[in-house]
Amino acid sequence: MKLAVSIAAVAALASVPLWLRDPYLLNALITTGIFVIGAMSLNLLLGFTGQLSLGHIAFFGIGAYVSALTSLGFDIGLPGGFRIVHEPWPPLAGFALAVLVAALCGYLVGRLSFRVRGAYFVIVTISFAEVVRLVALNWVELTQGPLALTSIPPMQVGWPGLGEFVFRTKLHNYYLVLGTAALCYLLIARLVDSQFGRAMRALMENETLAVSIGIDVTRTLSIAAMVSAGIAGAAGSLYAHYMKIIDPEVFAFINTVTMVIMVITGGKGSLAGPVVGGLIFGLMPVALRPVMAPEAQWIAYGGILIAILFLMPRGIVPALARHFPRPNPAAPEAFANRDAKESA
Amino acid sequence: MSEFLQHLLNTLVLGGTYALLGIGLTLIFGIMNVVNFTHGILYTFGAYIMFIVVQKLELNFFLALPVAVISGWLLGALVELTLLRPFRGSDIDTTMLVMIGAWIAMQSATLWVWGGVAKSVPTPFPEAPLVLGPVSVSWLRLFVLAAAALLIVLTYVLINRTRLGCAMRATFQDHDTAALMGVNVDLVYTSTFAVGSSLAAAAGALLGPVYVVYPQMGDLAAVKAFAIVILGGLGNITGAVIGGFILALAEELGAGYVSSGYRDAMGFLIIIAVLIFRPTGLFPRAERVG
Repeated sequence: MKLAVSIAAVAALASVPLWLRDPYLLNALITTGIFVIGAMSLNLLLGFTGQLSLGHIAFFGIGAYVSALTSLGFDIGLPGGFRIVHEPWPPLAGFALAVLVAALCGYLVGRLSFRVRGAYFVIVTISFAEVVRLVALNWVELTQGPLALTSIPPMQVGWPGLGEFVFRTKLHNYYLVLGTAALCYLLIARLVDSQFGRAMRALMENETLAVSIGIDVTRTLSIAAMVSAGIAGAAGSLYAHYMKIIDPEVFAFINTVTMVIMVITGGKGSLAGPVVGGLIFGLMPVALRPVMAPEAQWIAYGGILIAILFLMPRGIVPALARHFPRPNPAAPEAFANRDAKESA
Repeated sequence: MSEFLQHLLNTLVLGGTYALLGIGLTLIFGIMNVVNFTHGILYTFGAYIMFIVVQKLELNFFLALPVAVISGWLLGALVELTLLRPFRGSDIDTTMLVMIGAWIAMQSATLWVWGGVAKSVPTPFPEAPLVLGPVSVSWLRLFVLAAAALLIVLTYVLINRTRLGCAMRATFQDHDTAALMGVNVDLVYTSTFAVGSSLAAAAGALLGPVYVVYPQMGDLAAVKAFAIVILGGLGNITGAVIGGFILALAEELGAGYVSSGYRDAMGFLIIIAVLIFRPTGLFPRAERVG
């Protein structure tokens, strides 16, 4: 049942370019898709460990910069007279490095900041993102600062002897983003269903109890942050090679807020939530553009966020799921009772 | 040496307004357990009130400051009544997201009404700075320091010498017990948010004429306020005052001796360092963190 819905959803999304020829809308779908990947990675932290990271865009941006710099090459001087000269590598290597570096940053930030919880964790993550933004802005020799990194080559894959393929057009990039998103969805679904996923959820439900049955809190949370940051880095790499230009504005706080809104409205802790919320909020500007000024759109954004928190505090997907209940023989009675009590 | 003295003097002026920002946020954070993302937009709001009253209505500069404080108080009360009261009892993440929604909507509204171009507020002070031996300071900045000091003292009196302040302190310690003792907790929450907001608006009204007024000016101010609150310890007003001056000193010295590009990074580095090495802040109260 669930698998059939997923396959139907992917098939429906894959057929979009066949009947939609408008390049503006296709572009909106590609950028939305990239942000949906980011939102899915945020949901892994927010929805399954309960930790709200408001610096998630840092990992996205680090992925974008690492991927761009790997494929463009750079030449920088370090204190003490050292020079680092890097020749351009193929974009696929940039993608791999983006995932690795973002994941490493995620692990380190997690390791250091999971000593604090709640509001404090939120503020540490915001600070981390702002520091990274200021470095991107001020380390002009490496990042060009506000002048932006330009002419980033498009993503390409190749195998010796089989030739290579360059994702040059919007159509190519659409399928690239769709494929990556589907892979990330599968990865997160497998992870959440594994023993590790159950440890994460146990921590979210009751940390003291989880510790008492032998779950290593810092390790579990750090690994979750690592995977989440790695996926965000992958999204950032796709973004860099699609847009072909990135500047420190990619780290803007509003981009994190956009991802958080996607997760919260769709439904945190539900696998399909970020996809549904992401498609709604990613495509909303397209729908609102003819009728509203951009500033008014943002006012509507804020209003809709508050309205959804008030009306559907658990998000759209869980709210829908309650209207169309699926008989699930595996669900223990206690959980069914608890849900009934909560909805009462 | 004179350069260093000049940095110290700048720290004093900047620190006063930072302390105002920090006190407002630490009150709201400590008493209501709300991570207030509208704090920055209230700062912007105060600056725009100054601009409207002085530049558009052409009224007296010294009259505009109380107008800004009172407007901030009213807007804060309105936000608390319409947005926070319906979410009372929700977890801290939910109220934080509500505040983020309110912040986005209010900032976009400011941008819509006034446009993105930075405005400047005319002041009645002479252009020539006051020269004190090796250092100099503009009259406007001296006025900012004096006004900030006055507002800090007034807030102290409010918290420590009035019935409302007593009720606020009781609610901070334990809001259930306070409610049992007959404290009107709803009123305390609304007053706390209104007072905190009016202090943010005052900080914006004071710094607006020093720099320029634009819709996003509050974003950095908000994060700096968080840095000050974390530095001083949650809900600790004295800590917020000291934290404000420490942040101002770090920024001045960082900009003066390291690189002016990293001036605004100081606040964030302080947050990260404090939370990693001393998560209860420099002046902790007996309270668990997180």
